[in-house]
Amino acid sequence: MNTNDLIKAIARDAAAPRPSLGLLLLGACGLASVIAAIVFSTLLGPRPDFAEAAHTSRFLLKFVITATLAVTALFQVAELARPVSRSSHRVALLAIAPTILLAALLMEIATIPTAEWGARLVGTNSLICLTMIPLIGLGPLAVFLAALRYGAPTRPGLAGAACGLLAGGLAATFYAAHCFDDSPFFVATWYSLAIAILTLAGAAAGRFILRW
Amino acid sequence: MTRTDDAELARLFRAAMAGDESAYAVFLERVARHVRGFCRRRIVHGGVEPEDIVQETLLAIHLKRHTWRQDEAVMPWVYAIARFKLIDAFRRRGRHVEVDIDDFAETLAEPEKEASMTRDIDRALGGLATVQRNVVASISVEGATIGETAHALGMTESAVRVALHRGLKAIARRFVQD
Repeated sequence: MNTNDLIKAIARDAAAPRPSLGLLLLGACGLASVIAAIVFSTLLGPRPDFAEAAHTSRFLLKFVITATLAVTALFQVAELARPVSRSSHRVALLAIAPTILLAALLMEIATIPTAEWGARLVGTNSLICLTMIPLIGLGPLAVFLAALRYGAPTRPGLAGAACGLLAGGLAATFYAAHCFDDSPFFVATWYSLAIAILTLAGAAAGRFILRW
Repeated sequence: MTRTDDAELARLFRAAMAGDESAYAVFLERVARHVRGFCRRRIVHGGVEPEDIVQETLLAIHLKRHTWRQDEAVMPWVYAIARFKLIDAFRRRGRHVEVDIDDFAETLAEPEKEASMTRDIDRALGGLATVQRNVVASISVEGATIGETAHALGMTESAVRVALHRGLKAIARRFVQD
């Protein structure tokens, strides 16, 4: 078959429906959130003193940081889903969540006695954090990778990593409701590590799954 | 390629996405010439048949056309796909190439005509399910319409459309698996 023959065949397929990529990604976010919520409520559930904790700024800040990460990672996923990026400065948005975290760390350093830093960093449930965030994020990661297969990522590893970051931000937002450790020291260490695990997993999987 | 050329391509592409088959054929022919030039200039040591990449790129353009934003330039999007397919082809054959991403931003490839017959797509076509292969062959090589194909093969038109779409997807998939 020569190229002109192929063109004839493709042209005849012009009317085949093409759902919008943006809508598909939004749908993926919805499905991923439902999966994360189910896994979270089955395995953990919110901490018993959730209502009181909701009045403390350290507790609330965790959600601000993780949700910001998820939203900015979603922008990145949407960019990497297409062969041509519309705006390269969108990658700078990824710095917002780490910047908030850094500011919180500086506040903690300024207000908490040095002797308490170690205890706050180690926390009470770092291992649960390191297992539960990846566990909650695994389903969402699979959903986001599957959605990206409908896109055309020309950097599959990077696109997969962005999916992992998004899944990590989403999973950490749920996990934060269970977690008793509210210190930015703890968040900066263990949340970051747990999200990094998902990001690496996404990068590795993306190289295989996101081929087209 | 000037800005007006790209605007014309964008117009054809938008018409194609609204279901205009003849606009789509014109669009694909023009794009194929540019992609051919792009590939020939970059495949200097052989190992990859340029026309294979042209065909692979056309299929990818078709199956990923929803990733083109209708208000952006067409050719940067096309070249991004061609470049991805070219690198992937070299990688599959165990070679590494560097293709400069800025390379095609200003100096665009000269349109070129097809020279050689290709083998990859025939192999891919041969691996299709019988119905899909018959439908694709009827519409491509024989140049039949959907209606003529439906009549000749004793199928409904919508069944022909489904088989054509699935057949094209399967061909594209086989390229990647090679």
